[in-house]
Amino acid sequence: MADLLSLEEAVARLVHDGDTVALEGFTHLIPVAAGQEIIRQGRRGLTLVRMTPDIVYDQLIGAGCASKLIFSWGGNPGVGSLHRFRDAVQHDWPVPLEIEEHSHAGMANRYVAGASGLPFAVLRGYTGTDLPAQTDTIKPITCPFTGEQLTAVPALNPDVTIIHAQRADHAGNVQIWGITGVQKEAVLAAKRSLVTVEEIVDVLEPRPGAIVLPAWVVTAVAEVPGGASPSYAAGYYERDNDAYQAWDRIGRDRGEFTKWLNDLMAVTA
Amino acid sequence: MNEYSVNEYTADEMMSVAAARALGDGMSCFVGIGLPSKAANLARRSHAPNLTLIYESGCIGAKPSRLPLSIGDGELAETADSVISVPEVFNYWLQPGRIDVGFLGAAQLDRFGNINTTVIGSDYRDPKVRLPGAGGAPEIAASCRQVFVVLRQNTRAFVEKVDFVTSFGHGTGKGDRERLGLPGQGPTLVVTDLGLLRPDPETAEFTLTELHPGVELDQVVAATGWKLKVAEDLKVTPAPTEQELTLLRDLEKASV
Repeated sequence: MADLLSLEEAVARLVHDGDTVALEGFTHLIPVAAGQEIIRQGRRGLTLVRMTPDIVYDQLIGAGCASKLIFSWGGNPGVGSLHRFRDAVQHDWPVPLEIEEHSHAGMANRYVAGASGLPFAVLRGYTGTDLPAQTDTIKPITCPFTGEQLTAVPALNPDVTIIHAQRADHAGNVQIWGITGVQKEAVLAAKRSLVTVEEIVDVLEPRPGAIVLPAWVVTAVAEVPGGASPSYAAGYYERDNDAYQAWDRIGRDRGEFTKWLNDLMAVTA
Repeated sequence: MNEYSVNEYTADEMMSVAAARALGDGMSCFVGIGLPSKAANLARRSHAPNLTLIYESGCIGAKPSRLPLSIGDGELAETADSVISVPEVFNYWLQPGRIDVGFLGAAQLDRFGNINTTVIGSDYRDPKVRLPGAGGAPEIAASCRQVFVVLRQNTRAFVEKVDFVTSFGHGTGKGDRERLGLPGQGPTLVVTDLGLLRPDPETAEFTLTELHPGVELDQVVAATGWKLKVAEDLKVTPAPTEQELTLLRDLEKASV
């Protein structure tokens, strides 16, 4: 049974300074509102984990919440660069950001290992690239059966994983459909989990292609309609492509970003 | 429909059309966002209606009516034959070598088709420009049966040596992929706004094999950061047909 909480209370209870935090959602169902609540509550020293740190992490990084980023693709999808991420890596602004860089295949497998209770995952990956020389969490391994050279990556077990889903019921069972990305693995790999949802319903009617996360693997559920915007929630609202374009202008300039941040801090969840 | 002149098209349009033509009907194609996605969607609307588009968000057999802005747009999932999780995309579909073509972009490319999308500058820890990074590309470049690369040709992109090998092409030449045990053939075609390059069968060095109509050889040489080799039987790409241009422009219009 998951606790049904407000977003403010859920973040206060589950996300602590210095935690390793994964916010997942692959283009679809990105938990943007939860990310902004973390900013509002002024968390510091977070290790942020995410395959595609798009604008939600650009905001957290620009706000100075993160000291480390574990990721595989840091861009503004379809638009260009993440300027706050770039500013942090290139100029330590507003604080230095350590990076641990992988490929998508590596990150996905790290979550799978975490969800599986294994110390590492094996894949055929990174061969010939310059990534293993820069990232300590990529190591060669020999198959004990065939002798083939493969790659090992350690499990990811975040202190807390946060995702956004379409629905939950009152017990906290969570239903997700459409592109489900790596969310199931990220929740199962984590010590604690928070799911923000579009709505809490009496009965979870079956949907084609939906996955259900049972309430007993979810720590808390918060009802946050629109909580994935400007990304989208299939069945609820479309991706706000204009907002992604607009972020390019805001994120590009420290002054513009600071104005945006001040506006965010002035609003309560 | 016929608001454009047949004879007038841009270098970018020629690039998209040439890239689309490289995709055969019935192939499966792992599609990166941007230029690769545009070309793959054009191919599916023109000569390759049975092209299977695979997006790393988990959409297999996506049939979008307009160009997606991201690899996870809602329409990709709604029109897909199957929507699967991201670990499944990489582990069950890409890694075993099921996919015919990986279609990639690049910030930097060298003469052996090695790709950089990570950093510009020689110091990874203190880069001149931090780029988005690898995404799915390293394993796409390793495991698809072949890889097509599409990018605009200039000396910033076509460099003697990439600052960072994000995705492995042919390394330092023929035989490197076999030595590393990489299953796919690697990059077999580079499509630019000026022409087409293919690896030399002996050395795996990318060699200019086709010029786009109206492009001078000197122009391509000047836009290449290494001493460009030119095929003996250098050909000229057929210009885009009226139908190709109409389909491409409709696709671009629908995406705005």
